[in-house]
Amino acid sequence: MSSNKQDRYKQHNFRIIENRQLAPKTWLMKLEGETSEIKATGQFINLAVEGCFLRRPISICDYSDSTITLLYDTVGKGTERMSRMTVGESINAITGLGNGFWTNVEAAHPVLIGGGIGCAPLLALAHALQAEEKSPEVILGFNTATDVVMPDMFEEIGIKCRISTADGSMGTRGFVTDVLREAAENGETFDYFYACGPLPMLRALTLGTDMPGQLSLDERMACGFGICMCCSLETRSGAKRICKEGPVFSKDELIWK
Amino acid sequence: MEITNNNTTPVAHNPRLEVELCGVKLHNPVIPASGCFGYGYGMDEYYNLDILGSISFKGTTLHPRYGNPLPRAAECYQGMINSVGLQNPGIHKVISEELPRMREVFHNPIIANISGFSIDEYVECCRLIDKEEQVAIIELNVSCPNVHGGGMAFGTCAASVAEVVKEVKKVITKPLMVKLSPNVTDIVSIAKAAEEAGADALCLINTLLGMRIDLKTGKPVVANVMGGFSGPAIFPVALRMVWQVSHAVNIPVVGCGGVSSASDVIEMMMAGATAVEVGTANLLNPYACPDIITALPSLMDKLKIAKLSDLKNQ
Repeated sequence: MSSNKQDRYKQHNFRIIENRQLAPKTWLMKLEGETSEIKATGQFINLAVEGCFLRRPISICDYSDSTITLLYDTVGKGTERMSRMTVGESINAITGLGNGFWTNVEAAHPVLIGGGIGCAPLLALAHALQAEEKSPEVILGFNTATDVVMPDMFEEIGIKCRISTADGSMGTRGFVTDVLREAAENGETFDYFYACGPLPMLRALTLGTDMPGQLSLDERMACGFGICMCCSLETRSGAKRICKEGPVFSKDELIWK
Repeated sequence: MEITNNNTTPVAHNPRLEVELCGVKLHNPVIPASGCFGYGYGMDEYYNLDILGSISFKGTTLHPRYGNPLPRAAECYQGMINSVGLQNPGIHKVISEELPRMREVFHNPIIANISGFSIDEYVECCRLIDKEEQVAIIELNVSCPNVHGGGMAFGTCAASVAEVVKEVKKVITKPLMVKLSPNVTDIVSIAKAAEEAGADALCLINTLLGMRIDLKTGKPVVANVMGGFSGPAIFPVALRMVWQVSHAVNIPVVGCGGVSSASDVIEMMMAGATAVEVGTANLLNPYACPDIITALPSLMDKLKIAKLSDLKNQ
């Protein structure tokens, strides 16, 4: 039971190798360290941030054998503290948490839909789908042009994102659902969706489409690994922990009240 | 899923850490507290649970409970508030499904945490769980509201604590440990009432009632407005109550509340605790309990403590 990393299943110290601002509220942090417990895209890590009692769950935007890329919005004490951390500093994380997206579904032409910081986990997912020779399309929704992040990251892997902004300052005016509607009007069809974003977006998306799909949820958590029951969700198949059985749920499982 | 832990490593227990609670021998005094360890399984991904003295399982009621609306957690300085609302599958499913899964990953004596909203509910749950072989001690959570008593928590009134203890004792054969609420004016009178009614041990403290408000919305952070405050911030309160109660009763006291390190364990035992429950620390670090157990012997060397059980006899 030493602090030797081989003994510590999922819990490791990482070195910050990048931490930069992408948009007024959005930052990118890249960590170097043990990533072997990450088993699927859409999983998250739970960071111990100095000065904060509880860990901060952040979804994995992308990862490699030795690095993890995170995108985060500065929304409170923890993420603001994160934004002040510098390259070379160490941060403790529990990795490989949650179920993540699953790609073993019948879907040749899936669409990945993100809203705000919920766009983050879609990058690694797009990679994974490409590796399976599927051709994902990506729709990203933001409030305004200055908030827009990630189109360049998707372009690097050959995906041109469609953008919506609520104020119309970039891309389609309105929401991701408006982009979907436009696509349908142009005769474009998708056979599956993967979505992550604010609840009103997920709700509008789910209730407005016949497509099957998966949704990644965000919730205030305490432990992040399934023992405190603070992020419990009532689903059609009983109570589920967003941190353990989720954060990704099949569209059919979710109950929209 | 590939598991790269040391689950298969045989567990070597250090006899210096052994304690006895209500006649039950524990390899060490470290017990994950109810609600901070589920029913054990799942945590075996992280380490071999047999290193633990015992596990107090998730508070179980007669009927299944989904619990309170979300959000259920709020952060505090050196602590947190939770308002889970005793989510659990109900005693029947706990016996038929959770305990068999728990038995696969944990082979030491189990502490069964039972909650109820009426005396009948406590009695029925305790009667059923008493028959389970691996259950060594029944822990009664008396911090729930009594639906027949105007919603006041059983644990806030000496008479109602005595009544529930007396009724439960009639139907069980195993030792009964009563987990007391700190949200009272005189913890000693309630502890004495539990002892006189037949409690075999006491565990204290449960969480302190607290709340937080989100400055951006002006609304409470947890959906249920108030919740149980736990974590290192409450350790001094817990320690004080363990001291007061252990000097006033003749039954063992288990210390609980903010315990996060080997030094906290020893401090609790110096205050009069026979064993300790570790709660919130597990949520921050899944290795909290093994870290504490590992750190105990060298700290004992430094403090010239030969055996933990000596602390109790001082």
